[in-house]
Amino acid sequence: MTLPEFFGCTFIAFGPPFALFVFTIANDPVRIIILIAAAFFWLLSLLLSSLLWFAMIPLRDVLAFGVFFSVVFQECFRYIIYRILRSTEQGLQAVAEDTRVTDNKHILSYVSGLGFGIISGMFALVNVLADMSGPGTMGLQSGTELFFVTSAAQALSIILLHTFWSVIFFNACDTNNYLHIAYVVGSHLFVSLLTLLNASELYTATLLTNYIITILTGLLAFRVAGGTSRSFKKFVTCQ
Amino acid sequence: MDGHVNASSSSRSGAGADGSGLSGAAERLERPPKRTQQRGNYGSNNQDQTDAAVLAVPSVAVRGSSASRPSRLSGGGGGGGGAGPPPNETEEDQGLKYGAQHVIKLFVPVSLCMLLVVATINSISFYSSTDVYLLYTPFHELSPEPSVKFWNALANSLILMSVVVVMTILLIVLYKKRCYRIIHGWLILSSFMLLFIFTYLYLEELLRAYNVPMDYPTALLFMWNFGVAGMMSIHWQGPLRLQQGYLIFVAALMALVFIKYLPEWTAWAVLAAISIWDLIAVLTPRGPLRILVETAQERNEQIFPALIYSSTVIYTLMGTHYTPQQSAEPAVTSSPSSSNSTTTTRATQNSLASPEAAVASSSSRSGNTRTHPHQNQRDDSNVMAAEGMPLVTFKSNLRGNAEAAGFTQEWSDNLNDRVARRQIEVQSTQSGNAQRSNEYRTVTAPDQAPADVQEERGIKLGLGDFIFYSVLVGKASSYGDWTTTIACFVAILIGLCLTLLLLAVWRKALPALPISITFGLIFCFATSAVVKPFMENLSAKQVFI
Repeated sequence: MTLPEFFGCTFIAFGPPFALFVFTIANDPVRIIILIAAAFFWLLSLLLSSLLWFAMIPLRDVLAFGVFFSVVFQECFRYIIYRILRSTEQGLQAVAEDTRVTDNKHILSYVSGLGFGIISGMFALVNVLADMSGPGTMGLQSGTELFFVTSAAQALSIILLHTFWSVIFFNACDTNNYLHIAYVVGSHLFVSLLTLLNASELYTATLLTNYIITILTGLLAFRVAGGTSRSFKKFVTCQ
Repeated sequence: MDGHVNASSSSRSGAGADGSGLSGAAERLERPPKRTQQRGNYGSNNQDQTDAAVLAVPSVAVRGSSASRPSRLSGGGGGGGGAGPPPNETEEDQGLKYGAQHVIKLFVPVSLCMLLVVATINSISFYSSTDVYLLYTPFHELSPEPSVKFWNALANSLILMSVVVVMTILLIVLYKKRCYRIIHGWLILSSFMLLFIFTYLYLEELLRAYNVPMDYPTALLFMWNFGVAGMMSIHWQGPLRLQQGYLIFVAALMALVFIKYLPEWTAWAVLAAISIWDLIAVLTPRGPLRILVETAQERNEQIFPALIYSSTVIYTLMGTHYTPQQSAEPAVTSSPSSSNSTTTTRATQNSLASPEAAVASSSSRSGNTRTHPHQNQRDDSNVMAAEGMPLVTFKSNLRGNAEAAGFTQEWSDNLNDRVARRQIEVQSTQSGNAQRSNEYRTVTAPDQAPADVQEERGIKLGLGDFIFYSVLVGKASSYGDWTTTIACFVAILIGLCLTLLLLAVWRKALPALPISITFGLIFCFATSAVVKPFMENLSAKQVFI
């Protein structure tokens, strides 16, 4: 059961991001580089938040504290990478062969968001996956056997959310739309703090809410990127 | 001597690109197969792409060839770039534009190498435990005291570094004195060891780890084929992908050896020391690697054929330029009449000239060409000699004992036909520019030049860099924490990216280790010390951030 579970959970969590990577990123070197750079910035934010968590010895067991500051740091670094991408835009224009990268600003935000998402999903899940491949498994003696599947599903929602958040956030920074910025930060905080409930195995509540938020955020990102219901219909009917 | 020939050939090819671009293009259209052959034919003669003295020279130069020859670069881009902005600017833009592609072309092999090492470390426990030690590390860090371990590691890394420095300087001296044979012998020996002995050890441990029984004859057969193919593709010629694959494998193997045989703290100390050494060796005015790079540029040679992974085939194309020049001279001297002849008589005259050409171009082939005085075959070998395609000459060589080699007579006849047809084609395109027709062989140069110009922006990364990146990632993964491994991986790639960015800005050879290794070390220790407990806490409680 361990090995099938390992593959199943891997594909649940990383299947869609991998498909996104293959079909939208892998063909363009500039996008790959931006993806990796975004991942690097996420790592920096994680490093800072872990340092803070590590330094606050009395608060180490209060995960909510670490989570809160981690979210704050992540959003700060999202802003930093936004600044960097916007300031290097002209350089990018010279570098990029595919002019769409610079013509359509949402591509940059999408790529960097996916970078954020993939690395965060990996960090959250990769050690769990390594344990998953055996020899032991969850739910035999204690804990719940749903642990792995729910972890994978949560990771997928976080990866997608990061992508959507970046699209919304970058656009909001461009247009000074503080409402959207507040939405991004707020929903990120809400989702992350909500997952604290996972410790008490309230999976239905957390997963359902998270996926509702994911879909809503996805819709908002779609709107922000210029999509309408009509263009969606056109896309679906391949017109 | 080599350098001189190379220089002349490359300048000639450049002139060809400017002067007879049309004929070159036409030729290209007409004969696509030849292009592919030439490409496959990569790595002829003196262009031995070797690797493993890697042992000795750990570091090294990332070098955009664009940096060294800006004039040819702009010439290559000439089609589109001439219009608006000043040439310098377009050149730089183009350098950057192709830069992004080449970053990826380096990312892929570096990632593959690391992946191989990490996969091995995680599946074969043999490589993650140290029980035997290298000769260079006499202190074994057996004491539990951190201070003792610390000075042990320091002493070990100092010893190892001095060995590396001495070896590097020895290499430079040999290179300066043009002792190519000694260097090549050295490199061949070390790659022989890696490809046979260390691969055998690897195979053994691999089979043991997966509990697969295998009999000795099968293992020996496999080793023989694998090793010989590797030696051939690294030192002589072979498809580019195969060669790159072997180089990556050899680098990974070397990294595994370091991970296996270096004590733990020493490995980290060596990583730090080697990146500092890299910085010194490449950037200081009298640094040995800088001398190496400059000497190679002076001689207009491939930087140093040995320790380098190259993302494209450019230098090997120059290598094929080299062959025609070498073989051409004896042919021309032996039959001066051919230099003024018209294209219709060319074939026969070439066939007259062929024995000499054949002897000159490849000593291994001479016996066969003589013992089989077949008209077509002579033409064939002459054409091959003229076009500098040892791959095909190798086949014509085989034809001497065709049955034994498994080639049917029909096949060889077909080959003759094909070769003859090609020869005619060469002549017909050549008839366009009469002033060039005196030297039949140079016609191939303009033919190659366009390919050259496109491929020229290859970036080269020393195999030493591959090794030490992999050592870092492999060492990080040997602690069993995947987040640390991923953090190191991302950090190294970002460091490589920054290095390449600096390369595009400064346009000179840069050390590829310092930035990457610094990032990698910082992220490795920070992740395993600080981030890992945090993430473990989070994922145990299924909290996602």
